[in-house]
Amino acid sequence: MNGANATTTGESPEAQVSLHELTRRFGDFTAVDRVTLDVARGEIFGFLGPNGAGKSTTIRMLCGILPPSSGSGTVAGYDIATQSEQIKNQIGYMSQKFSLYEELTVEENIDFYSGIYRIPAGKKAERKEWVIEMAGLAEQRGTRAQALSGGWKQRLALGCAVLHEPPIVFLDEPTSGVDPISRRSFWELIYRLSGEGVTIFVTTHYMEEAECCDRLGFIFGGELIALGTPAELKAGFPGQIVEIGCERPFELLQRVESLPGVKSSALFGAGLHLAVENAEQTIAAIGRELPDLDLRMERITPSLEDLFVSFMQAQGRAASS
Amino acid sequence: MKAKRVSAVARKEFLHVLRDWRSLGIGIAIPLVMLFLFGYALTLDVDRVPLVVWDQSQTPASRTFIGGFSASRYFQLVGEAGGYGEIERAIEARRAVIALVVPVDFARGVASGRGSSVQAIIDGSDSNVASYALGYAEGVTRSYSNQVTLDSMRRGGLPQPAAGLDLEPRVWFNSDMESRNYIFPGLIAVVMMVIAALLTSLTVAREWEVGTMEQLIATPVTRGELILGKLIPYFCIGMLDLLLAILVGEFVFDIPMRGQLWLIFASCSVFLAGALSLGMLISIVTKSQFLSSQIALVATMLPAFLLSGFVFPIANMPYPIQLFTHVITARYFVTLLRGIYLKGLGLRLLVGEALFLLAFAALVLTLAHHKLRKKIE
Ligand SMILES: Nc1ncnc2c1ncn2[C@@H]1O[C@H](COP(=O)(O)OP(=O)(O)OP(=O)(O)O)[C@@H](O)[C@H]1O
Ligand SMILES: [Mg+2]
Repeated sequence: MNGANATTTGESPEAQVSLHELTRRFGDFTAVDRVTLDVARGEIFGFLGPNGAGKSTTIRMLCGILPPSSGSGTVAGYDIATQSEQIKNQIGYMSQKFSLYEELTVEENIDFYSGIYRIPAGKKAERKEWVIEMAGLAEQRGTRAQALSGGWKQRLALGCAVLHEPPIVFLDEPTSGVDPISRRSFWELIYRLSGEGVTIFVTTHYMEEAECCDRLGFIFGGELIALGTPAELKAGFPGQIVEIGCERPFELLQRVESLPGVKSSALFGAGLHLAVENAEQTIAAIGRELPDLDLRMERITPSLEDLFVSFMQAQGRAASS
Repeated sequence: MKAKRVSAVARKEFLHVLRDWRSLGIGIAIPLVMLFLFGYALTLDVDRVPLVVWDQSQTPASRTFIGGFSASRYFQLVGEAGGYGEIERAIEARRAVIALVVPVDFARGVASGRGSSVQAIIDGSDSNVASYALGYAEGVTRSYSNQVTLDSMRRGGLPQPAAGLDLEPRVWFNSDMESRNYIFPGLIAVVMMVIAALLTSLTVAREWEVGTMEQLIATPVTRGELILGKLIPYFCIGMLDLLLAILVGEFVFDIPMRGQLWLIFASCSVFLAGALSLGMLISIVTKSQFLSSQIALVATMLPAFLLSGFVFPIANMPYPIQLFTHVITARYFVTLLRGIYLKGLGLRLLVGEALFLLAFAALVLTLAHHKLRKKIE
């Protein structure tokens, strides 16, 4: 499932982020299990996975704030286990939880990080204006962060994370809980940074955001189970997808799951998606078995979501057998 | 250590304090309330102090002298005693707080101008009442003595020495009697200790709880810069508290300030560095605001109140506890502040205490630096 430009050795010279068998255990529990991947300079790398998959744990190790249990990794050429302080000069990090100072105003938050990153006096004002302009916060300069809405907060947090023009940015679910329009404008910022050559490592739960990434890694139960560009991943989808439009999809779900040839099934919008071996055969079989129902069935090209649902169900079955 | 980062952290922390009424309350309001509350509680006016008299002289002169006491609103004559045994019983039964023993040769001494010594026996178990009673007794004695001097001059005799009479105090049950003046500098020390540790006990823990710490440890800021930057605002608050306390002492409680001001501020800054770092250390270790403030209170309030010698004289404590007070920093600061404040002592006589405070601050600061991790554990 590896894409053409995804090296697995973790030693590519162009790689800004490079992991090799990276592992983190909490007691007996393995949160991140031998993850190996590379992210090239200027790339937008999307890291996907369900809750508790190990996304944040991986990002924390990459930012040098959580020591790995085993394996290795480099960020901007520095070792995450031994050179974490050097890494901190090279990165911007936006943690999953909003973590600016709520009692401070927009400008005061920017000034604080400006001091922390020791932005030279001559550049300070220019960078501050850049952030305010980029985040569209001109009107809210003097507003306390706690009074900003979710979308503004996230943009301010991104602004503070890239204030010092780091070559690599780690964003942990930067758009969770943000409305679709704000999310789109946030992604415009990400593209803008990427266009300037910044490497971006971003986690998300939103499939339309995943589609925007240059490359994706899918993590489940701590293990990296898929890696590649969105197109590669979709092309590599084993089988076909049947979309069923119906009145009561939940009832139907239970009746079609047991049909032969159905590998996985999931509620999808107002209907169902089935991952099957052969779409024509399944459509015919359902028409035979459930003639009383008026179903609209058609074969569609798999989306990323279909892909990940079938990954998760396959892993779930493997784990329970 | 980069000045820019330290100042960024300090400025941010200042803004926090200014915008968070809790910090302001702990930093400014509580110290003032404590100073006034304790200041007044410990300096409460005392009147109608119960008095017994053993008049061995039984002369018109001695009766006039005693009459001065009964006429004063500060004393209430509750009985005559015929010996030390009776005095002891009266004081033990708390019928009397003060007893006067007028000697046999009282009248002769006064008349001849040789003077006389009247013994005042005081129940020192409530040191505050005792110090007042003693002060009033001295006042009454002085005015009697002045009267005698005046009378003899008026009669045309040679001017007599002014100090015809003196009061010889004997304090029972609490020989190290602390006066109101004694308590106030100690009070400053105790308030500073409690406030300082409480203030900083919140800072690092709050950042962990709110989540800003995770962001901060992913930046190049060093542990030293973070600690120093966070200490600066609270240090300023502590200094402001000291200034307020000195003003309150001067203008509200009339405490004489005999020492050099710079020395007080210098020793206070060393003490503050230690107390603030202690709160910071607790905050770093617990990572929880609630736990941290509780521990800071117990670790500072109780020892500072009970074991610093601020109200309860260390010499009266059981020996093992006396030994234990040697590790209580507040004890050294209380001694230091009293020495400078009341006696105007110079650093030379207090160098031991000052060195201890310095060593304590260095130790706790080092520990805090060591315990602060730029990692999520
Ligand atoms: N400090 C810790 N101690 C113990 N377990 C932890 C710790 N941090 C994370 N875990 C566990 O590791 C697993 C992975 O957590 P992680 O936060 O990396 O997941 P995630 O993929 O970011 O999930 P989400 O989408 O919910 O943010 C979880 O089961 C979590 O409970
Ligand atoms: Mg997470």
